[in-house]
Amino acid sequence: MARRVVVTGMGGLTALGHDWLTIAGNLRARRSGVRHMSEWDNCTELNTRLAAPVASYQLPAHYNRKALRSMGPVAILSVRASELALDDAGLLNDALLKSGQAGIAYGACAGSAEPVVAFGRIATTGRLQGVTSNTYVQMMSHTGAVNISLFFGVTGRIIPSSSACTSGSQAIGFACETIRAGKQTLMIAGGAEELSIGPTAVFDTLFATSTRNAAPQTTPRPFDRDRDGLVVGEGAATLILEDLEHARARGARIYAEVVGFATNADGAHVTQPQTDTMARVMHLALEDAGLEPAAIGYVNAHAAGTTLGDRAESFATQQVFGARLPISSLKSYFGHTLGACGSLEAWLSIEMLRANWFAPNINLDNVDPTCAELDYLTGEGRNLATEYIMSNNFAFGGINTSLIFRRWQGAAA
Amino acid sequence: MDSQQVFQTLKGTLVEQFELDPAKIIPAARLQEDLGLDSIDAVDMIIKLQEITGCKVRPEDFKEVRTVADVQRVIEKLLAMQASPA
Repeated sequence: MARRVVVTGMGGLTALGHDWLTIAGNLRARRSGVRHMSEWDNCTELNTRLAAPVASYQLPAHYNRKALRSMGPVAILSVRASELALDDAGLLNDALLKSGQAGIAYGACAGSAEPVVAFGRIATTGRLQGVTSNTYVQMMSHTGAVNISLFFGVTGRIIPSSSACTSGSQAIGFACETIRAGKQTLMIAGGAEELSIGPTAVFDTLFATSTRNAAPQTTPRPFDRDRDGLVVGEGAATLILEDLEHARARGARIYAEVVGFATNADGAHVTQPQTDTMARVMHLALEDAGLEPAAIGYVNAHAAGTTLGDRAESFATQQVFGARLPISSLKSYFGHTLGACGSLEAWLSIEMLRANWFAPNINLDNVDPTCAELDYLTGEGRNLATEYIMSNNFAFGGINTSLIFRRWQGAAA
Repeated sequence: MDSQQVFQTLKGTLVEQFELDPAKIIPAARLQEDLGLDSIDAVDMIIKLQEITGCKVRPEDFKEVRTVADVQRVIEKLLAMQASPA
C-alpha cells in the first residue's frame, strides 16, 4: 500500500513578508507587493515598469563565503526558504538529512541571470573573462536543488523540477510520489525565482505584462474585466514532505496531507492555454486523491491576470466543479513569482485552510463577463471551513499541475 | 613588480577574494591547511592571477603549489616570461 504523505514544515521569502503571520496581516489588509521599478528605466523598450520584489531579508552569519560561492540570488532564496521550512519542521541539523532517506525536489525558471552574461561573452568576444569555478553552478537550472543539498548535507535523490511556472508545484508533486513509493522518507520540495529583467522581457515581448505603471497597487487584476497582463514577482517557498508514519513516530506537527497530484501537458501551443487539458489535470488529481469534485471547498487559482490564461482557467475550473466553487488567486498580491508560485501558493493555501479563511482576489472590481461563472472571492475574503483544497498551476509550453491538500485532523485522521 | 610588490598584490587578492585574515598571509602559510582554501578556491585564485598578470596559467604551473610562497614563485616566473618572451 502506498505511503501517506504529510506536510510537516513550511517556509518562504515573499514580497509581503517571510512568515505566515506577517503575510496574513498583509493579505487581510488587501496589500499588494507590487511596486514601480525605476531600476528598469534604462531598458526603454520595456513596456512595463512593475514588479513585486521580495521584501528585504538578512542572511545569518553562517552564510559565509564558502557557502555562498556557488549561489546566485535564486539559489540563496532556495536555500534560505528551505532552512526556514526545515527549522519549522524541527529538522534543522537532524541526522535524517544526511542519511540518504531525505531528498530534494526543487526548481526555478532558470538559474541566475548574471553568470549568463559571462557565458554570452565567450560567444561574442571569444574570451573567458568573468568565468570562474562557480559560474556554471550559479547559472544551471538545478542550482537551487544542488545548493540545498550542499548547504544541508542532504544525500538522497535530487529531482530538479525547473519547468517555469510549474517548477514549485511539480516539485511538491514529484516529492509526494517519491515518498508514496517508499523511495525516500522526507523530501524538501519547492521553487524559487529571483527578480531579473529577463523574464519580465519575455512576457513584455508577448504583450502579456501589465502597463499600469503609475498605479502599482491596482495590478495585476486576475479575472477582472479591466486586467491588462501580469506582473513578475520574486520569492521562494519550501514545503517539507514526510512519510506519515515517520512524522507520527517523531511526534511532528502536521500541517496537512498531500492527497492528490497530477501533471499533464497541452501538447498544442507554446503559450495558448488549453481548457480541456487544464480540466483534465484537475480530474486526474481528484482521481489520484479518490475524491469527487464536490469534496473540494476552495481552489487556489493560477490566474496571473492575462486575458487568455484567466479565461481558459476559469472555464476549465467551471467544467470540473460548476459555478459554485470558491476561488481566488494570490497573484493579485505577489505578482507572478514564476518558478516559486506553485510552492508559494501551496504554502499559503494550506495556511488559509488552517485559518478557515481564504484571501480575496484584490483588484477584482468587475468580473470579466467572458470568464466562466465561479464564486470569485472578493471583499474581505471568506470564512470557510473545508476539508479539501486544490491548488493549480499552468506553465509555458503547456504544462499543467493540480495539487490537493487535506486538512489535518490529528490522531483520528 | 618587485618581489615585495608581488607578495603584497597576492596578499591583497587572497584577503579580498577569500575573506582571509591579512595576518595569516605569510609566505609559509599552506593554502589548504592554514588558509582553508580548497580545489575550487584554487581555480578561482588562478583565474584572478591570470587577470593580474595577463598570462595564461598552465595546469602544470600549479601542480606543486602548496604555500603562499609557491604561488608567489609562479607569479614571478610568469611575469619574467612575459617581460622576456622566448
